[in-house]
Amino acid sequence: MLVFIARRLLLLPVVFIGVTLAIVLLMQLLTPYQRAAAFVQSEQQIRQIDSIIEQYGLTDPWYQQYYRWMNQVLQGNMGFSRTTNEPVLTTLRNRFPATLELAILAIIPVIGIGIWLGTAAALNRDKLVDQVTRVMSIVGWSLPTFVLGIWLLVIFYGGLGWFQPGRISTQFLVEIAGRSGFQHYTRMLSLDALLNGRFDIFVDAIKHLILPVVTLAVVQSAQIMRVMRSSLLDALSRDYVRTARSKGLPERVVSHKHARRNALIPVVTLAGFTLVGLINGVVITETIFNFPGLGQWAAASAINLDYAAVMGFALFTALMVVLANLLVDVLYGVIDPRIRYE
Amino acid sequence: MADATYQGVSEAGEPVGPEVRGWRDSKALKRFRRNPLAIVGFLVVLLFVLTAVFAPVITDVGRNCLRDLGLSAATQSDYKNPTKAVFWRTMFAPPESCFTIPRVGFSNVPRDAETSETLLGTTSGGYDIFYGLIWGTRTAFKIGLIVVGISLVVGLVIGSLSGYIGGVFDNVLMRFTDIVISLPSLVVAMVVVMVLGNSIANIMFAIAVVAWPSYARLMRGEVLRVKEEDYVTSARALGRRSLGVIFRHVLPNAIGPLIIVASLDIGSIVLTAAALSFLGLGADVGYADWGQMISFARDWILGPPGQPLAYWYVSFWPGLIIVMFVLGWNLLGDAFRDVLDPKSA
Repeated sequence: MLVFIARRLLLLPVVFIGVTLAIVLLMQLLTPYQRAAAFVQSEQQIRQIDSIIEQYGLTDPWYQQYYRWMNQVLQGNMGFSRTTNEPVLTTLRNRFPATLELAILAIIPVIGIGIWLGTAAALNRDKLVDQVTRVMSIVGWSLPTFVLGIWLLVIFYGGLGWFQPGRISTQFLVEIAGRSGFQHYTRMLSLDALLNGRFDIFVDAIKHLILPVVTLAVVQSAQIMRVMRSSLLDALSRDYVRTARSKGLPERVVSHKHARRNALIPVVTLAGFTLVGLINGVVITETIFNFPGLGQWAAASAINLDYAAVMGFALFTALMVVLANLLVDVLYGVIDPRIRYE
Repeated sequence: MADATYQGVSEAGEPVGPEVRGWRDSKALKRFRRNPLAIVGFLVVLLFVLTAVFAPVITDVGRNCLRDLGLSAATQSDYKNPTKAVFWRTMFAPPESCFTIPRVGFSNVPRDAETSETLLGTTSGGYDIFYGLIWGTRTAFKIGLIVVGISLVVGLVIGSLSGYIGGVFDNVLMRFTDIVISLPSLVVAMVVVMVLGNSIANIMFAIAVVAWPSYARLMRGEVLRVKEEDYVTSARALGRRSLGVIFRHVLPNAIGPLIIVASLDIGSIVLTAAALSFLGLGADVGYADWGQMISFARDWILGPPGQPLAYWYVSFWPGLIIVMFVLGWNLLGDAFRDVLDPKSA
């Protein structure tokens, strides 16, 4: 297993080179002025853009530029983001925990509800539970993130006033940013609030997370539900299930242990896509809910033509995708004993 | 009867070619017709197609569009008259200005149906929501069909070359498609649009960039399957050149499933395009485009004090149309997958 993981991690540089190469080639479509932004580290440097173009040789052939840019990136200099007014790496570091918090909270209902309802539907095929679940999943599957997000915001913020956009209420924002002794252990607000023993901040943070989490979770869990249902139905019709039943095993053991474990394999495949889908969803959801994470930054940067920021985000995304795929492959091995990584 | 048609004779006793062997009473179509959800999906999509085609009949076009159609005040309703040439022109080749949403007043606050005297109300800037949604259907199909077309051709060429030539060439191409498929499509498309500039054309190109690999993969699989068929082997034995064999024998036999899969992708393609334009990477303000219509709603979540839901129509109608569209395609796609999957018999 360890050898397998190590070998898969070796793939990382390949994807890394592929993605960076694609970015640099795409960037050749821009003027040298636009490209220079990727090398600027501070506001002062923006004023000396001509010397930067010369210094970094932005009119050189692309392969020389690629080599130099990679050197910079590997040294940890990913340029300056005009959108956040700080180095790209700093923004990545500051905003990642917010997005991670959102993603973790979204993936729990996605996997949990998806598998639970999918199982319930398959075990009660064509009964009421099944019918309701199927209608729910097809409607949920058809609710685009940006439509659902806007609708939730109109109803629960505009109409009912229960939740607000943003990450935290203003009153706490000042307190957290100031020197009140609030410690940022993980930079995930809800967790930090608990670690600081501040229950009021915790409740506030969770209240801000509910709508974005629901927005992210609905589409994805609908898909998992569908796949879980059909793959469990498939598994239940297999010979080994009949064998298990004829051995006289209780139905619950048959369905939950024999069938479900096998039915989970396609779900794990889909879960890999779900992780990638979450990255797409995060860009839209954070923009709608004004949630200061990586996705909101990426969308704002794309509109501001903040090339350094978008390149940084693209690199980061590529890294996440490779890790997500690795996780899925490892999970295969855990679920399916026929798969052994040697 | 199925047996008789299978042997090349129709019910009436006439010989039929292999391509028409009784598709009307084929099992697949029967199963499709018996699935009520599939019928609903089909009807919804059909409704959208009709809306797109008859957009000029349903809505009153704006002044710029009339001017570009060469219509004066006296002849300004000619584009709704099927006996006039301008009717057919508006129907099939309208000038770009017809896609610009006419403005009903220039109020920077949305106005509801009653005050603005439009069917569904106006957004900020006085853009007619109804017009935007109806002509937006045209934009949606335009995007869907063009993107599917481009990515199909690219996927077809790369997939068939990869499958037919095989070896290292195949390996490199397929690893490349693996990487593109695994990247989040919206993020890739976002980067491409940002670099090329905001426009519908660039959105279409950007989505094609992320859409082709799955077709290439499918095509490759089909080619690998067809490659082993006897008629291909004999064509090669007769000394045909590779390219000739691909075009003459492999492509026609492999293309069918690919076209079905690709056309069912129209729903998700339109969705990605709408998402990009929602984020502000789409056409200019005022172009009839669903993503932009709903992005107007972002500024009007809160109503004026005392009427929290005053601007509901700005987000409700565009959202509803997008959801219906996606739902229609999803139902249709679902039914097709069921029908084409031999296991679900």
